[in-house]
Amino acid sequence: MDIFIERTNTAKTMQFSGKVKNLVKKLDINPETVLVTRNKELLTEEDVVRNTDEIKILSVISGG
Amino acid sequence: MKCTKCSQKAVFLEPSFCKKHFLEYVEKKVVATIKKYKLISQKDKLVVAVSGGKDSLTILSILRKYSKNSKNLIALCIDEGIAGYRPSTIEDMVRFCIKWNIPYHIISYKDEFGQSLDIMKTLLKEKPCTICGAFRRYLLNKKARELGATKLVTGHNLDDEGQAIFMNLAKHQLEILPRLGPITGVVRDKQFIPRVKPLYFLSEKEIATYAFLQDFGIRFTECPNAVQAYRGHIGAILNEVEKEYPGAKQRIIKQFVRKLPQIKKKFLQRQAVQYCQNCQEPSVGIYCKACQLLGKLEK
Repeated sequence: MDIFIERTNTAKTMQFSGKVKNLVKKLDINPETVLVTRNKELLTEEDVVRNTDEIKILSVISGG
Repeated sequence: MKCTKCSQKAVFLEPSFCKKHFLEYVEKKVVATIKKYKLISQKDKLVVAVSGGKDSLTILSILRKYSKNSKNLIALCIDEGIAGYRPSTIEDMVRFCIKWNIPYHIISYKDEFGQSLDIMKTLLKEKPCTICGAFRRYLLNKKARELGATKLVTGHNLDDEGQAIFMNLAKHQLEILPRLGPITGVVRDKQFIPRVKPLYFLSEKEIATYAFLQDFGIRFTECPNAVQAYRGHIGAILNEVEKEYPGAKQRIIKQFVRKLPQIKKKFLQRQAVQYCQNCQEPSVGIYCKACQLLGKLEK
């Protein structure tokens, strides 16, 4: 799975299939602070993502 | 998971709504907040403080949609001069305002004070958010008044307010708590434009979701100075609490608003409005915070 984290402008590849809530937990991200998207589709914590997906994680914190 | 109002797939949990019902939920909540706290009347001339981020474009979009007189809506953007951050959000704001035919003004620290925030923070021994906050409040009030505003609308949300409450409690600045709430300002003065917060009961996540679903075309970036900010640390703690106890942030704000009349009674220090001896803007001391900082810059 390819993951792009917009807040830190970092890309990473990892093996993962399962619920979004478990993905953000594995990435050590508080789900309250992000939106998780796949091909511009907004995912909830209960949605399931596959190993072949491209995921983008957007920060909801602007702080300015 | 399905939407609790229809059989469509949910795009948000707690409350579980599909795209259509989530957008409706956000807009209804904003309209209800405006009505309940009498934030805005149809006669008001509104200046909306915009940065080009999710919060300010969400409130600008909702006000444009529900306003019966869109001529009474002006966007006001403060360009602090934060390289690598503000130029892109201003670009997003300008694109949005042009698309929806909303008049906008951009005021920069460089033009108004002679220096950008990036330069000021190297010259002054203050945290960037302290400098930025003082100059931004000063300019927003002054320019909104010059533009003929009767209300200054800001994109402050539930998270911002929760952080402000806890920051002031942690610093034991109880006299500042009465200034919080959906409508800011405890002193009535013709020089002060009342500030209203229609997004008061919506979380950052709800607003980011709304902005994403509306496809505002914004970047979900964070101010580079935020990493040094006390506010950011308090926000992280509150989000940890929220993760363990869902709904905690809502409950904190609801309780705070419920207790606000008592808080005002107990902690409000009524002071006559003074005017800064240098710029004649409203001030709590002989010189306003902005002029104090400018004085340090000139040394």
